[in-house]
Amino acid sequence: MDVSVTPAVAVDALVKRYKGVTAVDGISFRLDTGSITGLLGGNGAGKTTTIAMIMSLVTPSSGTVTVLGANMPKERYQVLHRMNFESPYVDMPMRLTVRQNLTVFAQLYGVRDIAGRIASLAAELDLTEFLDRPAGKLSAGQKTRVSLAKALLNRPEVLLLDEPTASLDPDTADWVRAHLERYRREHNATILLASHNMTEVERLCSRVIIMKKGRIEDDDTPLRLLARYGRATLEDVFLDVVRGRGQHEAAR
Amino acid sequence: MNPSDASVEFSLNRVAAMVRRYWFLLRSSWPRILDLIYWPAVQMLMWGFLQLYVSQNSGFFAQAGGVFIGAVLLWDILFRGQLGFSICFLEEMYTRNLGNLMMSPLRPVELIAALMIMSVVRLLIGMIPVSLLAIAFFGFNLWSLGLALAAFFLNLILTSWAIGIFVAGLLLRNGLGAESMAWTIMFLFLPLTCVYYPVGVLPHWLQYVAWCLPPTYVFEGMRALLIQHVFRADLMLEALAFNVVLFAVAALAFMKLLASAREQGSLLQGGD
Repeated sequence: MDVSVTPAVAVDALVKRYKGVTAVDGISFRLDTGSITGLLGGNGAGKTTTIAMIMSLVTPSSGTVTVLGANMPKERYQVLHRMNFESPYVDMPMRLTVRQNLTVFAQLYGVRDIAGRIASLAAELDLTEFLDRPAGKLSAGQKTRVSLAKALLNRPEVLLLDEPTASLDPDTADWVRAHLERYRREHNATILLASHNMTEVERLCSRVIIMKKGRIEDDDTPLRLLARYGRATLEDVFLDVVRGRGQHEAAR
Repeated sequence: MNPSDASVEFSLNRVAAMVRRYWFLLRSSWPRILDLIYWPAVQMLMWGFLQLYVSQNSGFFAQAGGVFIGAVLLWDILFRGQLGFSICFLEEMYTRNLGNLMMSPLRPVELIAALMIMSVVRLLIGMIPVSLLAIAFFGFNLWSLGLALAAFFLNLILTSWAIGIFVAGLLLRNGLGAESMAWTIMFLFLPLTCVYYPVGVLPHWLQYVAWCLPPTYVFEGMRALLIQHVFRADLMLEALAFNVVLFAVAALAFMKLLASAREQGSLLQGGD
């Protein structure tokens, strides 16, 4: 297989219906290896369901998802150890210390030199002083950093992030973004980032997919989107899309 | 070893990771450990004193020394085995950690293996002190049953795991809305498996139901041992056969419920 042309993630005609409600409605996209793509959309647009299907947490009603060449969910165990994710919808056991939590996940992902990897990540994410504190006693921002540490434990080739800087103060959020950008560069990782923070998306993403009511409304680079909608910021582009103002109308 | 291969195959390392996680959790709270001993001890003392009282007034019970205490201790293996399994699983739901696990390389069978190990660990933490109390208070030595105890334990723990697996499937599919099942499902077995009385006491038609449940054979076997001083290996083998069927049905139900949970997106929600 020629890995240079095989996308890290390929989504084709993906549909998810829940008891008559269509959460994701026939979307298709490819994520190139080493890219950061922003997945935007209002609440209920289908972002989380899309990410959950990529991680095989939710079974598609139809369509296909391929990650690192593996057909999801059928072949998920071939690639789950090469992926990871971070989401506010899941938590880590509160009574366990940060070190205990990270140790368990490192073991689950088959990380070698667990103590060394945790120490290194703790230093990178400024968590060293919290390592022996119960996860439940951390601030929201500290928890987010711990979740990020968990997501990076196995040096994932594909990283799915759902609101990675939510609850972080601007300084820490900026620092986390720099860390993610550096991680992508150093590991040639593919990152899909669902976010409502347009500054974050503009800074990190080379491409933006905007979803609305389960469909992809637009998909392009941030610069081209700004030009096409005639807007100065992605936030304005996002508002145009979710409020149903078309490209030409917005440009006028 | 190729890391890819390691993730596809059943991994003892991942089972150990989950056991480690539950062990961290258990030892982080002394009330949790105390709770494992407290209720079995109260039960055993209550039934022990009741037996003492009736044995002073009835020739039959005087001869059948230890039947009530034996029954309560064996019932606790069945009940606490399932509860230990289900509580560990519930912890994942309470802490919203299920998504982390289900999106990790951990396979369902590895999670189940870890839960089975932890159910035994929790059971032993409770049962060892309580069995020693039974010796101290009533002179009833559960451990003196030897091989028979091993046969009883094996059959009861297999049933408790099968029920625990089924309940875990219900929790995956229905979220915490099915939580009460984890706490109460085993009580259905209390009258039907004839823990404290012989199967013959049941209405004739209900005896057929009772004989389809593996623990019934164990409790009948216990009474045969304590009253007639006969070890009924035949009963233990029949219990084992029913346990194999029950375990297979529970595992199948779990896989179906897990698939349904993935279909319905329940793993994302976790709540009601």
